[in-house]
Order: sequence, then structure tokens, then C-alpha cells
Amino acid sequence: MAGTAVLGRLTWQVAGVTAVRPETPSVRTIELVVPGWAGHQAGQHLDIRLTADDGYVAERSYSIASAPGEPVALTVERLEDGEVSPYLTEELRVGDEIEIRGPIGGYFVWDGADAATPVLLVAGGSGVVPFRSMLRHRARIGSTAPVRLLYSARSLPDVIYQAELERPGGGAEVIYTLTRQQPEGWAGHSGRVDAALLGAVAWPAERLPLAYVCGPTAFVEIVSAALVSLGYPAERVKTERYGGAGAG
Amino acid sequence: MSPVSRGFHGRHRARGVDPGRVPPGQYVTTDFPVLSAGPTPRTPLESWTFSIRQAGETAKSWSWQQIRELPSEAVTADIHCVTKWTKLDTSWQAVSLDVLLGQVQHQARYVRAFCDGGYTANLPLADVTGGRAWLAYGYDGAPLQPEHGGPARLLVPHLYFWKSAKWVRGLELLAADEPGFWERYGYHNYGDPWREQRYSGD
Repeated sequence: MAGTAVLGRLTWQVAGVTAVRPETPSVRTIELVVPGWAGHQAGQHLDIRLTADDGYVAERSYSIASAPGEPVALTVERLEDGEVSPYLTEELRVGDEIEIRGPIGGYFVWDGADAATPVLLVAGGSGVVPFRSMLRHRARIGSTAPVRLLYSARSLPDVIYQAELERPGGGAEVIYTLTRQQPEGWAGHSGRVDAALLGAVAWPAERLPLAYVCGPTAFVEIVSAALVSLGYPAERVKTERYGGAGAG
Repeated sequence: MSPVSRGFHGRHRARGVDPGRVPPGQYVTTDFPVLSAGPTPRTPLESWTFSIRQAGETAKSWSWQQIRELPSEAVTADIHCVTKWTKLDTSWQAVSLDVLLGQVQHQARYVRAFCDGGYTANLPLADVTGGRAWLAYGYDGAPLQPEHGGPARLLVPHLYFWKSAKWVRGLELLAADEPGFWERYGYHNYGDPWREQRYSGD
């Protein structure tokens, strides 16, 4: 039901860093302990706030990478001219504290309750983060909903959660396309996601699937338009976009 | 009092931006990021209309051509997205909502913008009159691109930018406030960036 995503006031809370784990050379997962965390839904995000010693503050939003019921985790990609993401990916260490508030957003979420509806997840780059939450949630609750992730990355070393996505659990499918560089003997897809690739891997529209698309704006524009052209009703295609350089 | 984040220094000072133009929690970007919930709708201009509705009926409707023939203004404004980016000195070509609402008799206190794609956004009438809100169809000297809300979007720069509804097709005049799309998903009902009204309860 709409309107239940955020109840009452979202206050800033101090979260402690319990683990940091490199995912790729420019991406890191940060696990947090948040006393009194009220829980979140798969696909939601949260705000973080950093404070410099002169009182200057910076806020950003990040998707939650962990499943509902798991400790809160964020996966952050370092942006070259970013202000916050270089701090989170290079400076932050176990034992540090950051302020967070959330969870935020009640639209780009999947609760796993509907086992009959096939779900298509389409990720560009670090747009895979909310889908990790959804896939883990699916496995944790034992959902049998057909879920297929199409993940576009520049190259294999740029794939986030690579080991985990090899065995996503519960029969979820993960399909890669590598846009810039493919390893020798690569048997997966190559090149950018387009209508032809989606036509080959997306659930047919007749099965009344639900699609989630997350990535850079240009990626989301192309993928969501292609899904509509394949017969997906626009209201069955949920999108989440993030800005390009300078956004983090 | 927020705890200091060890090792965080920020780099805001290097940019030479007047901090008085940046609301709390925002950062300045030169990009034009995009926020929307679904695919970008594409309505042909021949079938596009902008309507003002009242009590379930269309009180006034304009074709694309009729909108383009109304007096428009060049508007320069700073815009603030709830996802934290602020963009300074954006330039728009737009028709004041005063011009549009002035053609309809009403006693409404609120409006709800309705859009292609089913998106809605609610605003007090006082916030969309008095030269503070526009129907924008040009951006940076060119037609407004679909991913940024073209052919036309609202421009209400004094509120968080989700209130500047993209792909807008009209305004519904209301006596009582009714939450719009993002407002029903936990975002603030009013959305003043200077009071950091991002989420319900702020």
C-alpha cells in the first residue's frame, strides 16, 4: 500500500562501520551496525551525512545492498570527481561512525510476496546494488518467483558481487553482457543492452512480468523504452537512475 | 550536534560557489541528472493538450500550438532535487501558470498536476501563482528533451524539483490537498529545500 514506506519522522542515526569489503577496484561494500534500525524493504535507499571538522556537511543517497533482516550494507562506487564516494571507498574504515537516515523510497521495492509474477531486473554498472538486496531477500524467504537479472558491466573485473551472483540461490538467473572488454572465450553476451538482447532474455510480455531497471540515466532510458516496445506496460517498468560524473 | 567524520574534509570551498545559494544537504552539480519512476512517455505533439480540470470536468484546454502562442518568459532559476543535487542558473522558456490559471474562474486552494505516465504532484495554489511557477517547454535554448520532462514540465524552482512535474498534461483544481505520487511514497508533502523538507515528517 502506498504511503506506508516512511512512517513518521526519519531521524539521523549514528551507524558504526563493522566491515569494509572491496568488490572491484573502484567499488566497496560497507557494512553498518545501526542501533534501533526499523528495517527496510528490498530496493530502498538511505541518506548518509558526513561532517567535516569545520562543521561542513555533505549528504548523499545510496541504495541498500543487504536484504531485509540483514545488517544494513551499502555498496559504493568511487566517482572520479566525487566528494563523498572517494571518502567512503578509500578513507572510511572499520570502527568509524557515519550518520544515516532511512529507509527511503516505497516504489522501487520488491517484497517477494507474489510468487506468480516473473521479475526482470536490469542493471547497468553499480545499478546492480538494489538487486542484490532483492536476490538475497528472495533466497532468504524461499520465494519461488521467477527472477532473472540482466547485468551490464564494462568488463568481468567490473562485475560487482561476482562470486555471489555465480550462485544466486533458489534458481534465480543471472545473465551478463560485457560492453567494453570480454575475457578470452567469453560465452556470455557482449555489447550494450538493446531491444534485441532484451527480446532474447526478457520474460515475454504475455507472462505479465514486472521489470526493475537501475543504472545511469542513458542506460535506463534505452532499457525502459525497449521494454515498452516489447509490450511491457509502462506502469510495470520501475526505474531508478543515478546521475553521471559529479553525482557522488 | 553531528559527530565529525574522521578524515572527511569536503571540497566545497574549491568551487567558488556562493554557499547562500545552496540549501542544506545539497551539492552543486553541472550535470542535469534525471529522477523518474518509470519509462519516459512520448506523446506526439499533435495529440498533446494541457488542461485545467475542476470538479471532474475540463474547464479549459490548450493544444500544443495554443500553448506556444501564449506569452512566454525566459526564466533563470536555481533548481534543487531531493536526491541532493542543486543546479544553479538553469535557463528555461516557459509560460507563467498565472497566464493559464487566469483563464479559469475558481476558488481552489490546491492544485494537483497530472502527467503522462500517471505521475502526479500536489501544490498549494499560492505556490503556483504570483510569478513563482511556470509551464516550461524550452531548456537551455532548445526544446525540452523527453528525459527531462519534454515536451513540457512544470517549473516550480522554490520547491524540491519533483514538484516540477515532468510530462505534465494539466492541473486539477482542488479545494482540499491530496498527495501526489512521490508524496504517497514517503516524500514531504510540501518540499521546501531551504527547510530540508525531503521526507514525510521533516
